[in-house]
Amino acid sequence: MIEVQHLTKRYGPLKAVDDVSFKVERGEILGFLGPNGAGKTTTMRVLTGYIPPSEGRAIVAGFDVFDQPIEAKRRTGYLPETPPLYPEMTVREYLSFVARIKGVPRSERASRLDYVMGRTRVTDVADRHCGKLSKGYRQRVGLAQAILHNPDVLILDEPTAGLDPKQIIETRQLIKELAGDHTIILSTHILPEVSQTCHRVVIINKGRVVAVDTPANLTARLRGSESMYVQVDGLGADVKKALEAVPGVTRVVLSDTRGTATGFEVDSESGRDVRRELASTVVSCGWGLLELRPMRMSLEEIFLHLTTEETAAAAAVPAEVIYE
Amino acid sequence: MSNILAIAQRELKSYFASPIAYIVIGLFSIMFGWFFVNLLYYFQRMSMQAGMTGGGGTMNVNDMLIAPLFLNVSVILLFTLPAVTMRTYSEEKRSGTIELLLTSPLTDFEIVMGKFLGGFILYAAMLAISLPHVALLFLYGNPEWQPVVTGYLGLLLMGGCFLALGLFISSLTKNQVISAMATFAVFLMFWVINWMASFSSPTTQAVLNHLSITEHLNDFTKGVLDTKHLVYYLSFIGFGLFLTVRSVDSERWRG
Repeated sequence: MIEVQHLTKRYGPLKAVDDVSFKVERGEILGFLGPNGAGKTTTMRVLTGYIPPSEGRAIVAGFDVFDQPIEAKRRTGYLPETPPLYPEMTVREYLSFVARIKGVPRSERASRLDYVMGRTRVTDVADRHCGKLSKGYRQRVGLAQAILHNPDVLILDEPTAGLDPKQIIETRQLIKELAGDHTIILSTHILPEVSQTCHRVVIINKGRVVAVDTPANLTARLRGSESMYVQVDGLGADVKKALEAVPGVTRVVLSDTRGTATGFEVDSESGRDVRRELASTVVSCGWGLLELRPMRMSLEEIFLHLTTEETAAAAAVPAEVIYE
Repeated sequence: MSNILAIAQRELKSYFASPIAYIVIGLFSIMFGWFFVNLLYYFQRMSMQAGMTGGGGTMNVNDMLIAPLFLNVSVILLFTLPAVTMRTYSEEKRSGTIELLLTSPLTDFEIVMGKFLGGFILYAAMLAISLPHVALLFLYGNPEWQPVVTGYLGLLLMGGCFLALGLFISSLTKNQVISAMATFAVFLMFWVINWMASFSSPTTQAVLNHLSITEHLNDFTKGVLDTKHLVYYLSFIGFGLFLTVRSVDSERWRG
């Protein structure tokens, strides 16, 4: 549905986006994750035809955004970082203007407008001026504007930025609902958002793609076995001592106690799997091994990992995850 | 075409939702009324003098009242039209709504034409304020109607030039004040460009006179419809709009 090939965007000597390639399948939600200034917005602007690429191409719904911009734009809905609202228009006026310029046929306009306003829950502010809306409503009207012409592709630049927690949950829910009919790219620098809404993640930093994978895989692959959670039925202090004695273990921290069961976080040397040794130690001491599992790194950590220490990231990410 | 109309309609709506339309039209009607009354008194005095001295030349409402009135209107345009065009692009760029227009299935030409048309309709509405005054002259006097029609045509075309130029300047900046000031300065330049004419060589003189935006209005107010002037105004408008389209396009490339 969306195909980006070797996309580069230069601003003078600065490469805002550097040789970015990825694909998005129909109905998928792709998360675009990166710190501020990573090139997320620039990439999205190229995809929506707002700015032309310096090199490479982008194909949206089968149309090259540069060669056939009108056809591509007809099939794209776009919510920029700040919703593009005209403050002097009411929500209804604004949406019917957007419907006209997006080419919604006259006969369908009214029903489409009602449907979209209902779906984004802005019906009760339909006759208020856009300039007088709260941030949450603005964002929703922005979203309504983006889905108005029932586009194949939705591009959402930080759709939850500036919303309160309740609104964030609602917006995420809405985005998930939309995924069936639309292919969605959303950018964010908030990590939980990606794991909660997206099917796949592209992590981008300094204009380059650092990793592409599902949130679950990324989490699993990045640090797999380096940190373990162990729950043992036995006396806390003794168990801790025994675990610390296992070769390769660098640190043992008591994390929780439930009755006689005690949970520990066990860190080991990077790249060394100590699960067998841990298990046999516990068993040979006569305690019950209730649980032993690798602790998944949260996406937040991955993100920090990937974007603050590139060399560390390159070492930690298995070769097939690095996209170059 | 429907896209152009949609944009023109939105532009108009926003003119009337903001104070701009009311201020522009209000100031225009005050100034126009002032000029009208003054010219009327002047004409009245001239008529009385002519009556007392036994009538030297003929008194002509068209030449002595309507033509100078139209030329005065062009002065008002100099001040009011920058206010009409100053926000067209600048405001969209500042607020980010330009992103909506540029990512919608519209061509740059449609956007520019829509904005031009919106401004032009507002301008035409402003000019319509002057119709009752002129109608009064027809009611109590006996002017010829042809110079009135060509005069209005000339004003519409001249205003069109100002609007096209103002649109272009607005597309260059995010700041409305800069947009308005620069537009005013460039208007004024086109206005006074032929002041140097009398000090110049014949060729330069001809060129400067031809460039002057007011020079072309004279014939219109006299009822002369010369293709030379039509071509000047229309090509001015066309060039202004062309520059605007190019400017919007180049903005994309520069980011």
